[in-house]
Amino acid sequence: MDYCLGRQKAPTRMRGLCRRYFSTDSTDFQCFSFGGHVLTLNGKGVSVTTLVEPQQKIDPSPSQMMDWYRQMVLIRAFEMRCAQSYQQQKIGGFCHLYVGQEAVAVGSIAAVRPTDYVITAYRDHGHAIARGMDIHPLFAELYGKKTGCSHGKGGSMHFFDAKKNFFGGHAIVGAHIPLATGLGWAAKYRKEDRVVLCYFGDGAMNQGSFHEALNLAGLFKLPIIFMVENNGYGMGTHLHRASAVTDLKLRTGDAYGIPGKDVDGMDCVAMYRMTMAAAEYCRKGNGSIFLDVKTYRYRGHSMSDPQKYRTKEEVAQYQEHDPIGRLEKQLKDSHILDDKKVTQISDEIHAQVEAAHEQADADAYPDTADVWSDIYANTFGDYKA
Amino acid sequence: MPEIQMREALNQAMCEEMQRDPDVFLIGEEVAEYDGAYKVSQGMLAKFGPMRVVDAPISESGFAGLGVGAAMVGMRPIIEFMTFSFSLVAFDQVVNNAPKIRHMSGGQLKVPIVFRGISGPGQQLGATHSWTVDALYTHVPGLKVVCPTTAYDAKGLLKTAIRDDDPVIFLENESMYGLRGEVPEKEYLLPFGKADIKREGSDCTVVAWGHCCLTALAAAEKLHKEHGIEVEVIDPRTLRPLDMPAIMASVQKTGYCVTVEEGYPQCGVGAEIAAQLQENSFDYLDNSVIRVAAMDVPMPYSKPLLQHVLPGVERVADAIKKAIYFQG
Repeated sequence: MDYCLGRQKAPTRMRGLCRRYFSTDSTDFQCFSFGGHVLTLNGKGVSVTTLVEPQQKIDPSPSQMMDWYRQMVLIRAFEMRCAQSYQQQKIGGFCHLYVGQEAVAVGSIAAVRPTDYVITAYRDHGHAIARGMDIHPLFAELYGKKTGCSHGKGGSMHFFDAKKNFFGGHAIVGAHIPLATGLGWAAKYRKEDRVVLCYFGDGAMNQGSFHEALNLAGLFKLPIIFMVENNGYGMGTHLHRASAVTDLKLRTGDAYGIPGKDVDGMDCVAMYRMTMAAAEYCRKGNGSIFLDVKTYRYRGHSMSDPQKYRTKEEVAQYQEHDPIGRLEKQLKDSHILDDKKVTQISDEIHAQVEAAHEQADADAYPDTADVWSDIYANTFGDYKA
Repeated sequence: MPEIQMREALNQAMCEEMQRDPDVFLIGEEVAEYDGAYKVSQGMLAKFGPMRVVDAPISESGFAGLGVGAAMVGMRPIIEFMTFSFSLVAFDQVVNNAPKIRHMSGGQLKVPIVFRGISGPGQQLGATHSWTVDALYTHVPGLKVVCPTTAYDAKGLLKTAIRDDDPVIFLENESMYGLRGEVPEKEYLLPFGKADIKREGSDCTVVAWGHCCLTALAAAEKLHKEHGIEVEVIDPRTLRPLDMPAIMASVQKTGYCVTVEEGYPQCGVGAEIAAQLQENSFDYLDNSVIRVAAMDVPMPYSKPLLQHVLPGVERVADAIKKAIYFQG
């Protein structure tokens, strides 16, 4: 099974829902391709079709695109340093790298406002960086240091920055999706012009909490962009072995009154455009929207994944459509970027990453007395503020 | 002082807090148009409208999580579980998200949320609907657990719970909703972690809360009438924080202690109180602490079986007699 269900038509009502906002050139929009190329997953081919773009074309400026390029390079350099630090046993517990998926967080977060709410699952390093978190407290968190963004109490899966409206970093699969409905509820209740960007993996769509949350969001018309980072695998189990219907937007549209769209998650600009359109849809009071973001992770599910469930050829195939490489080519074609500048950016970012890593590595661990703090806001007994 | 039912006291607490603070809202199954499965939220929809008194679909995990998410950005949701037996469907939200988000964010966020509803075995509801969740939730750092016994306690403690900045489990009892008690017209709040001496006595300390506190008081009255035994009944009112100093002070006076609960004995609240007493008040105890709890079996349906399993007045009275070596 591939990403699409073949050429059968989507149910009429579903098409109607999608058409309320998005234009569609074609009536059958189950099929998907990456930048016009057909890739395979789990050895199965993917049918070719044209990616349906939002009606409203939004062209990012050269400086925006350069900013995204730098962010993606930073996320990848950060993650590669994490891989090294994990092997050096500086990082404990579980560590899920975002390598390959950078365009998803960068393109989508660029399309929302600082006042909007962002919440994600455990593969959260990329979102934290795209949301503008400084990388030093992130390294410090990974190393369990007092200077960590969560004072060394959260670790890799629990990055938070309340000031930047980044609400985690959640480790139980699917458990944060109901939290997103609460963020959306608060925005609607307070009549605030905010949307919620809620990320999760394709594996999370088989959790009950996902379906309860989607029903609530559809019922209460909450301003939420539900974004599945569909990398084809829930840990080591391919989508077709976990989901009865593999065109994931079919599991929201008719079911919960939430229209869905496919997006090329390896294309930062496509992510930006689609998220802009989705955010506008939500801001207009239409309720929630669902984006099936086709992406791919190059690394294992976590650092301890031997990856026996896929071939090296499959990984290499996606790496040819690398999100950083694609944006780099676009920028070079537009004469915004050249090889010299690429090297310069790479050097700068690697130096930035090394400096942050070294600083975090040298930072102090929390005091053992700190185990009693950050638990209750109104404390009692042994608990401290 | 007017006498009102406990359900009215709870209703007043919610209404007063909702009038005071626009961030407070109530969500749960049948709380709005149905007026509450047990009529605790009666009339609230008419007063506050559908954005503040919200009928949720039967999705405990969904609406409990919605509440936690809203609390993360400063709202003060009251989540009504029709019964805490159904909170187990939302267990992950209640024990993983609500009490741990503050911790995992390094204190950046607070989660001011109240989960309230009935707990306890009820009237022949069978094993799945008869959970007493006191010990389950008292086990979890990050939660606070409240078990009111009277209408007065219920109102004062619920108002405190709504204003508290942490997640609070507020355990009510179906059979107590109709019980009347004096409640002042003037506003008041009751602090967490402060036990109440429901009956003074010098012969034996009995620690009991909620429905079991009424059983303990009845047993105390019986022993007073029949044998002149003077039992001191301590109602901790909140199980987390737990007012151990008050319990220890009473034990210092009486030398004996019995705990009473409708939950199970293994790893129960009584077991915790007994453990803390032997750690901190060993020299004051003239006998081991005796626990009275539900028998260690799933709650049966049949009425005589259910009555046999639950702690009744006779069983509590016998335990007190045993504790003080009474030879009657």
